[in-house]
Amino acid sequence: MNAPAPGREAREARGPLRRKGIGPSPSGWLDPRGRALGSWAFAVNRVTGLGLVFYLYLHLGVLSLLLVGESAWNDFLELATTTVFLLLDVLLLFGLLYHGLNGIRVALVGSGVVPNRQRALFWAGTVIGTLALAYGALHILGGT
Amino acid sequence: MVTAAETDAPTPPAGGELRRFRVFRFKRGDAAPRFDEFDVPVGPKTTLLDALRWIQLRRDGTLALRHSCLHASCGTCGVQANGREVLMCVTFVHDLGHEITVEPLANIPVLTDLVVDMREFYARFPDVHPFLRESEFLPEADTPDAIERYARYEDCIECGLCVSACPIVATSDRYVGPAALAAAQRLAEEPRGVDVEDVLDWADAEDGVWRCHAAFECTEACPSNVNPAARIMALRGVLVGGRLRLPGLRREPA
Repeated sequence: MNAPAPGREAREARGPLRRKGIGPSPSGWLDPRGRALGSWAFAVNRVTGLGLVFYLYLHLGVLSLLLVGESAWNDFLELATTTVFLLLDVLLLFGLLYHGLNGIRVALVGSGVVPNRQRALFWAGTVIGTLALAYGALHILGGT
Repeated sequence: MVTAAETDAPTPPAGGELRRFRVFRFKRGDAAPRFDEFDVPVGPKTTLLDALRWIQLRRDGTLALRHSCLHASCGTCGVQANGREVLMCVTFVHDLGHEITVEPLANIPVLTDLVVDMREFYARFPDVHPFLRESEFLPEADTPDAIERYARYEDCIECGLCVSACPIVATSDRYVGPAALAAAQRLAEEPRGVDVEDVLDWADAEDGVWRCHAAFECTEACPSNVNPAARIMALRGVLVGGRLRLPGLRREPA
């Protein structure tokens, strides 16, 4: 029953295809012009997702310093307590909170449980996330 | 109401002003698209269609655009204005700022200037369309030549704005898109004799209901209050509910 849409190549042969997005080869999923809340939530979710994947590999790389020896690990710990590094920790916490809370929102909306409540869930998640981020940032930057 | 099309010179009508339009241009054989600029006099009630028609009538007769009903019913005058999908006939220029960029819909091939090839929109639908419903009209009414029957997607005016606005259609050529899925949900909601399981099977596909990433741009763009995003989510709810149910507990059809 399903009739797949014609491929991009075939369509572009019929005429130019306008694409949303930024950059010389816009992909379409990130375009700030006139987008609404849902698109921003979606775009930030993707960016934080990519950031978390990057962090995962970075984290594994950092842990591998243990294989180098005690001094290498201690040097890293010294670096990890600088203000810049702690601010990156806060950024990481933001990414985790946003991606996690938005994931719950998308799951609730996307599974049809509350299909019409995406805005309310976004703002609820924003409130919870902001409070959690403030609490976490105080602890991270306060050194406790 | 003073419409721009009634004004000959680019002098603003009373209570109006000049607005600059950057209009997408492309003709067959052009190496690449370009943007042409026009200063257009507009009044408080000038619509985007009025302004484009003024350009067409007073400045450049080769500008191609499509429109019909003038009241957001036919769905033929969809464009992007400053990156946002709108129907030209019901969009006031005053709401769009002083410099207005007008482009054809995204994700649908351009035929010429602001006119897109709507075959792309319909190609996303299945060959056999159980979602299409024959319009109800008097049996004695005749259809025009070359039209076998009137048929429309319920509530949807088939303008293509949702397909243009959807960030997933932009990145996945095979995604069937919001309009078709919304029509499928409508049918699942009120079958009127159509086999709902067949519709659900069609929607329950990688490039069907599960390709949507819940950006809700289709709902923002839809000028007909179809709310495609919520319908896609509701369709997922039906599919998820069916899967979670144990086969032995599946409800028998009434």
